[in-house]
This record gives sequence, C-alpha cells and structure tokens, in this order.
Amino acid sequence: MANAIEASGLRKQFGSTRALDGLDLTVRDGEVHAFLGPNGAGKTTTIRILLGLLRKDGGNVTLLGADPWKDATTLHSRLAYVPGDVTLWPGLTGGEIIDLLARLRGGTGDPKRRQQLIERFDLDPTKKARAYSKGNRQKVALVAALASDAELLVLDEPTAGLDPLMEATFRECVNAERHDGRTVLLSSHILAEAEALADRVTIIRAGRTVETGTLADLRHLTRTTIDAELAGPLSLDGMPGIHDAVLDGARLRCEVDNAALTEVLRALSAAGVRTLTCRPPTLEELFLRHYSERSVAAGQR
Amino acid sequence: MNSALTGTRDLVKLALRRDRIMLPAWIYVIVIGVTSTAYTFGKLYKTPSSRVALVASGESNPALLFLYGRLNGTSVGALTAWRYGVWAALFAVLMTAFIVIRHTRADEEAGRLELIGSARVGRQAPLVAALLVAALANLLLTVLLCVVLPFVGLPAAGSVALALAIGTSGLAFTGISAVAAQLTSGARAARGIVFGVLGLAFLARAIGDSAGVSGPSWLTWALPLGWTEMLRPFGGERWWVLALPLAVFAAGTWLAFALAARRDHGAGLVPDRPGRPEASAALRGPRSLAWRLQWTSLAGWAAGYAFIFAVCGAAAQGIGQLFGTSSALEKEFTRLGGQSAIVNAYLAALMLLAGLIAAAFGVSAVLRLRAEETAGRADPILSGVPGRIRWGFSHLLVAIAGTAALLAIAGVATGLGYGLRAGGTVTIGGEVLRMLGAGLAELPAALVIAGIAAAAFGLLPEACVGVGWTVLGLVVAINIFGQSLQLSHWVLDISPFTHVPRLPGGTFTAQPLLWLSMAALALGALGLAALRRRDIA
Repeated sequence: MANAIEASGLRKQFGSTRALDGLDLTVRDGEVHAFLGPNGAGKTTTIRILLGLLRKDGGNVTLLGADPWKDATTLHSRLAYVPGDVTLWPGLTGGEIIDLLARLRGGTGDPKRRQQLIERFDLDPTKKARAYSKGNRQKVALVAALASDAELLVLDEPTAGLDPLMEATFRECVNAERHDGRTVLLSSHILAEAEALADRVTIIRAGRTVETGTLADLRHLTRTTIDAELAGPLSLDGMPGIHDAVLDGARLRCEVDNAALTEVLRALSAAGVRTLTCRPPTLEELFLRHYSERSVAAGQR
Repeated sequence: MNSALTGTRDLVKLALRRDRIMLPAWIYVIVIGVTSTAYTFGKLYKTPSSRVALVASGESNPALLFLYGRLNGTSVGALTAWRYGVWAALFAVLMTAFIVIRHTRADEEAGRLELIGSARVGRQAPLVAALLVAALANLLLTVLLCVVLPFVGLPAAGSVALALAIGTSGLAFTGISAVAAQLTSGARAARGIVFGVLGLAFLARAIGDSAGVSGPSWLTWALPLGWTEMLRPFGGERWWVLALPLAVFAAGTWLAFALAARRDHGAGLVPDRPGRPEASAALRGPRSLAWRLQWTSLAGWAAGYAFIFAVCGAAAQGIGQLFGTSSALEKEFTRLGGQSAIVNAYLAALMLLAGLIAAAFGVSAVLRLRAEETAGRADPILSGVPGRIRWGFSHLLVAIAGTAALLAIAGVATGLGYGLRAGGTVTIGGEVLRMLGAGLAELPAALVIAGIAAAAFGLLPEACVGVGWTVLGLVVAINIFGQSLQLSHWVLDISPFTHVPRLPGGTFTAQPLLWLSMAALALGALGLAALRRRDIA
C-alpha cells in the first residue's frame, strides 16, 4: 500500500455553507504531510471526515486502505488524533486522560515512553484538566498521541497553544516519528512548521486543493524574488514574466516567473550588476499569493 | 458611576438577551400554576362548609402539613396559598438559582467572564448584573401575580402578600446563590450547593409544620421557604415577615461581594487538590468514563431521595385520620392516587412524584451525551476504537441504572419510614418490599421520557435539550395539575405515567408496564441508530 490517505473530489455541505468543494488529498505512507490553509478553508472538516465523525456528501476517500465511515472502529486502532481545540474532562487529571485515551485506542501504551514524553513536554500529570492552560491541554493530547503505537498520526494545528520551546520539542518528536516510519498528517497555518517538518504539502483554499507536492515542486510553480543594485540604466518595459517591480534609483526589487529568469538576468547583466540576491519564495509568500488571489477574486465579484 | 460598576447596564442587557426565552417561560409557568389553582379551588370548594371541613382535616393531618405547609384560614385564597404557595416559591427559587449561577460562575468557568473582564467593565459589574437580572425576574413575577390573582376572585391584600411571599423567596435565594457562586470553581457544584440549601429549607419547613405543639415547630422559621406561610397570605397578613427574606438577600449579597474581593478570578474558596498521575485500571472505556463523569451527581440525587422519601414515608402514618372528615378532599386524593385506602393513595402519589423526579435524572443523564458532543469531548472517544453505539449506550446505561436505583431507593426509604412509624399490623419488611415494588413500577414510564430524550439526541441533536426538558415538563404538568384542571382523558393519556398501575393499593397489571418498557427500549434504540448515521458536531 503506497498511500495512507487518498481523497479525491471530497464534498461536504453544512446547510447553505459549502465547506468542501472537491478537495483532493494524497498522503503517502511514511511521510510527514503538511495540510495548509487559512482559517475556515476546510482543514478540520476534512480531518473529521477522515476520522469518520462526519459523513462526506460526495467524492472518494480511503484511509489506510479502508473506508473511514464504514470501517471507523478498525481504523481507529491504527491512528491517533490530536484535535485543534483540545477540550478535556475538567474533573480528570492529565495523567488519567493520557491513559484513558490510550485505552480508548485499544492499546495499552508504553509506560516508559509515556513517562519520557511527559518529562520532555514538562507536563504535570496530577493536575485536574480544569486547571490546565490551552497549551497544557494540547500537551496532554500530544503526549497521548505520541505515546501510542499508531501507524498514522492526525494532528490538527497541534502547536497552536505551545510556546517556542515546546514547539521545538514537538518538531523533534515528529522527526523521530518519521524515522520510525509513521505517517503524519499535520494541519497547520503555521508555515514555518510545515517548512521545517513536511516532506510534502497540500494547500487548500475555500474547500478546494490549490497546490500539492513537495516544497521543491511548489517552488517550480512560483516566482523567484530578485534584489539587485544596478550599475547603469535598465529598461524592463514590455518584458514578460515580471511582477511587482520596484525600481528606486539604482535598486531593483521584483518577482520573476521562473520561465522568464533567463531573459531578466540577461537584461540585468546588460545594465551591469553591483549586488544581486535571488531567493526562492518562502512558504509565507506562496501562501500570501493564494490569499491575495482570493481577495482579488472576491473584489472582482 | 463607580468604576467597579462600569458596564453593568450592558451586562444586564446581554443577560436579558441570553435569557429572553428561559425567563418568560419560568415566570409564565409559575403564574399560570398559581392562578389556575386558585381558579380550580374556587370551583372545587364552593361552599364555606366544604372548605371548613378541608381546613379541619388539613390542620390535624401531619402528612398534608408536611407536603403543603400550614393553613391560614378557610377562604379560597388561603387554600391556594396552602396548596401551592410553598411550591411556587420553590419554583421561583429554582429560576433564581439558574439565573444567578449561569451569569456568574458558569460564565467564569467557561472563560467568558475573562473576556468580559478584559473590556471596559468594572470588577463587580458581572455579579451586580446577575443580581439585578435575578431581582428583576422576581419583581416581574411578583407584579404579575399581584395583577392576575385578584382577577380569579382573590382579595387584593392577600394576593399581594402571596405574590410577595413567592417573589421574596426568590430574592432570598438570589443572595444565597450569589454566595454559592463564590465557593466552588465549577458551576455544577455551585448549583448543587443551592439545591442542597433549598432541600434543607423544604425539609426544615416540612418537619416544623408537621411537628405539632410538642415538636420542633420553630424549624418553620429557620429557613426561607417557611416564611411564605408565616407571612399568612389571606389569613391576617403579617407584613413584617417580609423583612426576613430581604435581610437574607442583603446579607447574602454582602457576603458574596466580600468573598469575591478575596478570591482570584476562576478560583473557588477550596483550591483543587492534585489527583492521581495515572488512571486506575477501572477507567478503561466509554462505560467507565460515563460512570466516572456522572456518579457524583447520581450520589447526590440518591442521598436526597433517601432522605426526602424516608421523611415523607414517615409522614404517611397520620393520613388515615383524614378519612371521613372531608369527602371533597377524599375525592381529590383518590384522583391523584389510587382507589382504595387513603394511605395507599398518599403512598402511591409519593411514588408518582418519585417517578417524575427520577425521569428528570434520566433526561439529564441522557442529555449529558449532547453536552459532551458540543464540548468536543466526544471526538477523542469516537476517534478511538469504541464506536458511536458504545459511546451512546454508555450514558444511556447510566440513565437506566441511575433511574432504577433512585426509584428503588425511593421505595425502600418510603417503606422504612412508614413501617417504622406505623406499628400495629404493619411490618417493616413487608412495607419495604411492597414500596420497593411500587417504586420500580414507575421505572418503565420514567425510562420512556429518558428514551424520548435519547431519540431526540439521535434524530434532532440541535433541539434535543429543549425537546427532552419540554417533554418532561409537559408530563409533570399533566400528572400534577391535569386532574385538578379536569383535562380530558386523551390529554392525560399522553403521559406514560398515567398508564402505570397506582401502587400500592391499585391492582397490579403487567401489561402496561411491558408496553412502556418496549416503548422505552425502542426509543433508545432509535436514538442510537440515528446517532450512527449523523454527523458529530
């Protein structure tokens, strides 16, 4: 089996709101897959369909080779889930909840691993859940998921409440999971997280997949940012593939479609170049492009 | 304006908006209940002599004094105040407790007060707003009763006194609820404290009233509910008694503000103790979790049941003296209960009450499912191996077992209370067994109500809380007021409790119980089947 998750054309409607509108998502076995999108894009809805909590209105979906709605129970012994907004039973302690979640998954949990994780995440397991902060509730769910022996980890914005130190710990843990051959689906809008962790990325917007692939693949689709200090006058008029060009005296800043790079560099060297930086776009820039395209589209409507 | 009170007006508006359905519903039910009783008594006991006979029996009979309180005259108004004064006050207190806790501790526990407190809102504004809203509700209730009661023919002064007796009971518990909201870090526990005080107040009043000359009749004066009788509406009003609930309100309010100033936001007076770092071997699945989440509440219910029904059972002994003194009253009792002896009718009425209240536990236990779902706490369970059926059934099981346990306790406690005091040919063991059977006979009917809540949870998750409690409210209204309002048969037949043989005393037939059990089972199964097919919120 090559794909842990395969979804195509997934649709889901809540009343008059279309939450998913033909979403595609493929997660390969053993990879860390980042599932990115702005708030309300449909990340959590997708995950809830994958968990069999919601029923899809249309499209196809398989999870670990089975149907997430029909085979929920057998599938759930093979996965661990951390919800985006962790709510716990206020009267139970963190330790009790970690054990309970392990037992609900059908496993017994490895006590040594559990203890290690509690220490690494600096969690007090004797506190009642009522007294935990958001970050600490998040840690309880993370420890329970990471301590399990599940093949697939489904993490919905898992670091939303964590401080930077704990975020670093979390990243180490996810890398360790990858080495152990586990598959991780990581939904996030924290792009640095995806850049640091993910093998492949799927970006969704308004219930639809807009990009999917490795980070390298995605950069192919995008532009290169150029900062240059020029020695002489330059004319870029009418040159295709240049965007957002700002020429301020001798300083040029622009974005260039990768197909047009050769032409642009030729023009630059003709003018003479003192300094030059070219860099691939950060995920932030990729993301902003999708944001802005949506806002442009919304503005035109 | 004092800066500690800044924003109070906005918070009052917010609270009124949030309660725009609940508040009018409470007030409507109380006003209609009291008014329709006054109207019915006016028709049922037309002649002064029939009322005198009723009064004579009422004053000498501890059981009646126990349930309804002391009688202050022979007029229709006095009868109304006697029969429903204390109970209407009790409802006003429940309304008040819900309002105050909902806008103080419940909001604080949920973190909403933190958000509000970060705005331009004074430190004391939320508590002041909650108190104002509760006081406003009780004021509205009082004014409405003052206006409506004279319309059904009651004297004005007595109407005002009865209205004030009910309204000030709510006011007294406004203060008590405000204090309770400061004590615990959870809203559930705060509500529990108020209900505990209310139960004590009812029992203190009941024991004081039925104690007789030699007994501790001062108990009636000890706590708020008794003051509704001591005000003597329609029986030579003692207006100064109104100072007592007002004093409790003032003292409670003062204490609540003093406590609020001394504690941290979100904290109670008792800090949380650390718990066990690992789950015990017993906490291993949905069923043990449901039990763990609900057992404290069930234990509270069970303790209350044991106490109240033991005392009510003990009070049954004096009820025989009533026989023969008033044909009108006898008829009334026969209507409420069974057909043979008055004692049996009283005991059967107690069991009906036990069944109705146990149904409330059943409904709340079933609706816990919805609360868990909307809080997002169903997700971690449902993303584990246990399927939806197992999760849903776990709480239904608590509802079934808890309701059965409560009814068994009610039966045993009533039997013990009656058996211990009755003597003569009555044996304790016999009474306990007889009443245990009578109590459990109510179980299928109670479970039908819980089953309706379960079916609603599966089929109409968004509306299920409203459906569950409304159905229970209708059934309670049908069985408590239906007879005295002389509703037609088909209306009475809507309630499952109408079909239960009235035990003890009535003839036992298994058939209706079997039908009811099957209906309850089918409703529960329907709810679970629907839960399997729908989306989880």
